[in-house]
Amino acid sequence: MLCDICGKNPATVHLTEIIDDQMNELHLCEECARQKSAQMEQQFGLSDLLAGMADFGKLDTKETETLTTVKCANCGLTFADFKKIGRLGCGECYDSFRRHLGPLLKRIHGSGQHLGKSPLKVTKVLKKRTDLQELRAKLQRAIETEAFEEAAKIRDQIKELERKQNETK
Amino acid sequence: MKLNDLLNHTSEWLKSTGPNSDIVISSRIRLARNLEDLAFPQRADKKQGEQTLKIIEEAIPKVNYLKQTTIFRLADLDSVDKQFLVERHLMSMEHAQKTDNKAIAVDNDEIVAIMINEEDHIRMQVMQSGFNLFEAWNIINEIDDSLSKELPIAFSSEWGYLTACPTNTGTGMRGSVMLHLPALVMARQIDRVLAAIAKLSFATRGLFGEGTQASGNFFQISNQVSLGHSEDEIINSINGIIRQIIEQENQAREALLSKNKAIVEDRINRSLGILKSAHIISSQETIELLSMVRLGVDLGVLKDINRAVINELFIITQPAHLQKIENKKLSSQERDVKRAELIRDRLKIL
Repeated sequence: MLCDICGKNPATVHLTEIIDDQMNELHLCEECARQKSAQMEQQFGLSDLLAGMADFGKLDTKETETLTTVKCANCGLTFADFKKIGRLGCGECYDSFRRHLGPLLKRIHGSGQHLGKSPLKVTKVLKKRTDLQELRAKLQRAIETEAFEEAAKIRDQIKELERKQNETK
Repeated sequence: MKLNDLLNHTSEWLKSTGPNSDIVISSRIRLARNLEDLAFPQRADKKQGEQTLKIIEEAIPKVNYLKQTTIFRLADLDSVDKQFLVERHLMSMEHAQKTDNKAIAVDNDEIVAIMINEEDHIRMQVMQSGFNLFEAWNIINEIDDSLSKELPIAFSSEWGYLTACPTNTGTGMRGSVMLHLPALVMARQIDRVLAAIAKLSFATRGLFGEGTQASGNFFQISNQVSLGHSEDEIINSINGIIRQIIEQENQAREALLSKNKAIVEDRINRSLGILKSAHIISSQETIELLSMVRLGVDLGVLKDINRAVINELFIITQPAHLQKIENKKLSSQERDVKRAELIRDRLKIL
């Protein structure tokens, strides 16, 4: 059987396609199938690609070697342990391994700044710092997406917040 | 509440009352939280684990929303009980293993479930029927706020909630939606859809969560990224992708009906026929046939069947549920007989 699209190569990929309620069986060669699937992925909205996941294996080997001796003062976990089990030992580990966790978190999530909620019991000083950091991160993103009007508004909010914090000091 | 009370009760998420419940079974939000200074469960020794468990057990009844919850220590449950909770989607399979210092808190309606000392000190979830992530979020957000008044939560302003696994750091949130996509599977379009989902950094799992294969055309879609976006943004992005999948499934369903009506009606009615007359049936076959019957209800091919009855059959035909209903241990062969009996009985009255 020859490919339904080019009619030249033998069809090796068999596809059921539904367009506007019409179901079609398509028999394609590999080349045409690849083009077809790229086309379909576009229809599915792949343009909004979020950051991809990174795996632990991608850490720079030289850097991690020097890190194997670093130990969390609170729970005693070493970075080598973490690499082996992929789990941290306690909240303090984040501080102990800060230098290497930062890039790792960025690789996993595509960002290194928390923008979500915070616990209600967080001290007020910390809360203000959170607000400010959140605004700065928002500003960064507004600039990246060239939403300049939005960016100007956020800039003013930051100025206002900084002014208030200086006053209370 | 006793564990067995759950048997006479339909879980909130199986009620089939929420938005888009022809395609979306349920929506779930899960939050991971840890206590400051104490070692995470995997790292904790016995004493620390015990201490963590006690602190959390004491905090839970102080939260208004959790007044109706019952806490079960896993060490007090037998293997069927634990499997029963997993089948009801109240806890993970991982939680059922090595039960030292682990517990689960469940509310009467099975909307809220809190695992204590799983991978993180606290893993709480809120389930809703149908496509309803924001409602689940509103509930869990309130519970989380109240709990954070009682407990010192490990948190950094830079990295958010600090979790055992760095893939959960930040919001500590996973939103997941359970979808039933039989038409996309029949039209052999599902691989394309799943590939696109994976590229968008969303995960796909089967009916029973992490590590399970998709079966009976059920797919659970959830976010992977938890840092760098607010909870609302994450939920919006999941909602966006789910809406697209719903639309694709609907298109595929319409196409099936207009192009292959006889084939589809045949498969649906044969599936119902087997379920109504089988005397021995495995859980895998049950799920596959129920999936077709559910599609029959959605498409209006089967008119007198209530979707909630079908939903419930998916769960009560599972191994631990059958053994709970019979109140004794059953071998695999015995279960296949009892399962067939139960299905015939439930479908007879329809």
